[in-house]
Amino acid sequence: MALTDERSGLGAAWFRVGPVLTVLAIVLLLWYAAAVWLNAPQVIERTLSSQPGWGALDLMRLTWSMDRPVLPAPHQIALDLFDSVFGWPLDSPRNLLYHAAVTSSATLLGFVLGTLLGAVLAVLIVHSRTLERSLFPWVIASQTVPVLAIAPIIIVIMGSMGLSGVLPKAIISMYLCFFPVAVALVKGLRSPGVLELELMHTYAASPRHTFWMLRVPASLPFLFPSLRVGIAAGLVGAIVGELPTGAQAGLGARLLTGSYYGNTVQIWSALVMSALLGLFLTGCVAAAERWLTPGGRR
Amino acid sequence: MSMAWRIPLLALLLALAVLSVRRLAALDEHSLVGRLGTPLLFGAWLLLFWQLLVDAFEVPRVLLPAPSLIWQSLLAGAGVLLGDFVQTVLHSALIGWAAGCTLGFITGVLIDRSPFLQRGLLPLAALASTVPLIGIAPIMVMWFGFDWHSKAAVVVVMTFFPMLVNTLAGLAESGHMERDLMRSYGAGYWRTLIALRLPVALPFVFNALKINSTLAMIGAIVAEFFGSPVAGLGFRISTEAARLNMGLVWAAIVVAALSGSLFYGLLGWAERRATFWHPSIRTHV
Repeated sequence: MALTDERSGLGAAWFRVGPVLTVLAIVLLLWYAAAVWLNAPQVIERTLSSQPGWGALDLMRLTWSMDRPVLPAPHQIALDLFDSVFGWPLDSPRNLLYHAAVTSSATLLGFVLGTLLGAVLAVLIVHSRTLERSLFPWVIASQTVPVLAIAPIIIVIMGSMGLSGVLPKAIISMYLCFFPVAVALVKGLRSPGVLELELMHTYAASPRHTFWMLRVPASLPFLFPSLRVGIAAGLVGAIVGELPTGAQAGLGARLLTGSYYGNTVQIWSALVMSALLGLFLTGCVAAAERWLTPGGRR
Repeated sequence: MSMAWRIPLLALLLALAVLSVRRLAALDEHSLVGRLGTPLLFGAWLLLFWQLLVDAFEVPRVLLPAPSLIWQSLLAGAGVLLGDFVQTVLHSALIGWAAGCTLGFITGVLIDRSPFLQRGLLPLAALASTVPLIGIAPIMVMWFGFDWHSKAAVVVVMTFFPMLVNTLAGLAESGHMERDLMRSYGAGYWRTLIALRLPVALPFVFNALKINSTLAMIGAIVAEFFGSPVAGLGFRISTEAARLNMGLVWAAIVVAALSGSLFYGLLGWAERRATFWHPSIRTHV
């Protein structure tokens, strides 16, 4: 909103952060209330029914500290997260950072491969009318297809070739990253207008120079938003890639084992960790964007 | 056929394919044959080469079944796949999509009147797009059971935020001039909303509906990887892949892909009918 520019100091900070904090506080309150509401039947049945005369305070205390609650209270999740991150060595499978590292290595490898593949495809499409007319409609149509459905196949195929671990997951991530990158780059490489192209022509620039000095810089504002989409999608791909394999490590494996053993707190802390990882990864791309496109997006 | 035969034959076919696609691609941009025929011919050649190469090099079924085998599995498993389609597409995806989009839309219209809530919710909604929301699937399975209700719940959560963000952006789209005009007509909030702001917001709403159709399919299928009754496309894909019955797996993927594209295509058609006045539609006709 334009109003932000007119305020300064504390007022401006409150104007931006205040509403978010208020909404977050409301969410937290509702969450605690929901935890009481959802966990109450179990608590009453298991413990309180044997102690007559229990009050609302007993109910709150017990519903917020259950071992396997239907909905864990936020502080339980925070404690579990804190405990797993700081209570165990980094290479222990009980440390969530270890699982986050496993998942993010697959995500990053897939992201790099997918971006390269998308870039190569975009360059080919921009330079070949045949490919543009024949291949590009399929690239666009494939966006409407639930690509993640093929994750189990990739795991099985690569497994039958003796490959497991980071590579199959990275391939799935690559698959998800590559579509947005290809589509955005085709748009971006085409974005220079006749005026700019003719200016390059008057400089007697070769096609290669025109490509590197005009088309590539012009495509960056198109590329970065799709990179942010791509890395978020790649993270989803890596997590889903950990589901059908019975993988031992990774956030997806944590989610799955948590759901097998009905350990809700573990599911929620793995979920919060993957959310934090998603924020961190997109934040890195956004930082790279700010660094590489000065004067563009602030 | 011996190997010595096949390679020149394949090379000949390849040359024919490249020439024919190039020929078609060089046609006039506005002709229907050039616009639709080129990708279709390209796809047809791709299918043919897939079949020929798989046959010629005897690629193991596990790696890549031939299109003919996938077609056979599709026909043989039609009954099973129809049940999966009903379970995943009609129940989980469609109901979840409709509920998530409706909720997002209503929330958007409601908080549009409060700039404070907008500034509070929009950053959070933007954050939600970077978070792997699909991870809530195991929790939803615990809460709502193995049947489609839990999958629909995942889809509701995944589709809510894009619709909210787009509705708010669409409602902010109508200009001051138009709003002042409505005021000068003596139109109140609701009248302005219905006659001006919602129609102007339609392209944004349709954009969200289309994005969400893809998200809904993904959510419904992946949520089934976390546990489902004995039907559903995601269930079929993961269990048959584990049994190395790749023909049926690929057939299920074909069903998923076709339903996803059909879903998207129908929305695109509805969008063109509903927002015929919008410049981006007008120029295409």
